[in-house]
Amino acid sequence: MYTVASFLAGLVFGLGLIVAGMANPAKVLGFLDLAGAWDPSLALVMAGAIAAAAGVFSLMRKRTRSLLGAPMRLPSAGRIDRRLVLGSLLFGVGWGLAGICPGPALVLAGYGLPKGLVFIAAMIAGMGVFEFFESRKRRPEGSATA
Amino acid sequence: MSIAWDAFTPATALIGGAIIGVAAALFAVLNGRIAGISGIVGGLLRPQAGDLSWRIVFVAGLVAAPLAYSLFAVLPEVRIDAGYALLVAAGLIVGVGTRYGAGCTSGHGVCGIARLSPRSNVATLAFIGTGFATVFAMRHLLGL
Repeated sequence: MYTVASFLAGLVFGLGLIVAGMANPAKVLGFLDLAGAWDPSLALVMAGAIAAAAGVFSLMRKRTRSLLGAPMRLPSAGRIDRRLVLGSLLFGVGWGLAGICPGPALVLAGYGLPKGLVFIAAMIAGMGVFEFFESRKRRPEGSATA
Repeated sequence: MSIAWDAFTPATALIGGAIIGVAAALFAVLNGRIAGISGIVGGLLRPQAGDLSWRIVFVAGLVAAPLAYSLFAVLPEVRIDAGYALLVAAGLIVGVGTRYGAGCTSGHGVCGIARLSPRSNVATLAFIGTGFATVFAMRHLLGL
């Protein structure tokens, strides 16, 4: 059941991205280009998404189990730290370079576009760089290295 | 600033946004998880028993979306202007940045703000800010 729900959530999310125009990098860049001919559409995409999700999230807030019985794994409020801010600043630079963020990247792969696949390969490589440094950090000092 | 009225698509933006929000809500209600794409993909690189299949099928759902859409209507055209070198640089930066920042447009921008998370509000302001700045630099300073 969880697997079916996951697939459906991904599918509906992707359909939403296509309908909204978020899957089109040229349109995303039109939103990010404040000084040019600005296309405000994506502000409405965010507004629509937040409005649709906010009520449900607040209802789920006090629950410890999902409707299918899975433990609720919504992040608990944490500190605003340097990692969060620097990582997000960096992400915005990459987003602005091509107009592609992770969700639309996967949808573009589904369009069968080679450029979408190249972006995803690079994105996963970037995530791999993060994992490499994280795993080094997690390993206790002085332990044997593989 | 001038508004590109011919490119502005308020109705499909709101409807598409609402569909995205419904998907995120559905995922939280049924599976108890945040629909944060960078976290879902990034978790695939840290394989743990029992933690892989839901990630893989969520990604498969996203990838299958254009096919599913094309069964009912003509797929909207998309355009990637960036060349391959720029795409590689952008992808690498997005990969590193979203993992250090613990989220992207979906996890912070949609789910986080909808949950009133202060962390996600800060993250979203940060990445939209540098997104604006990057496009400004590219188009209006460097003329790319």
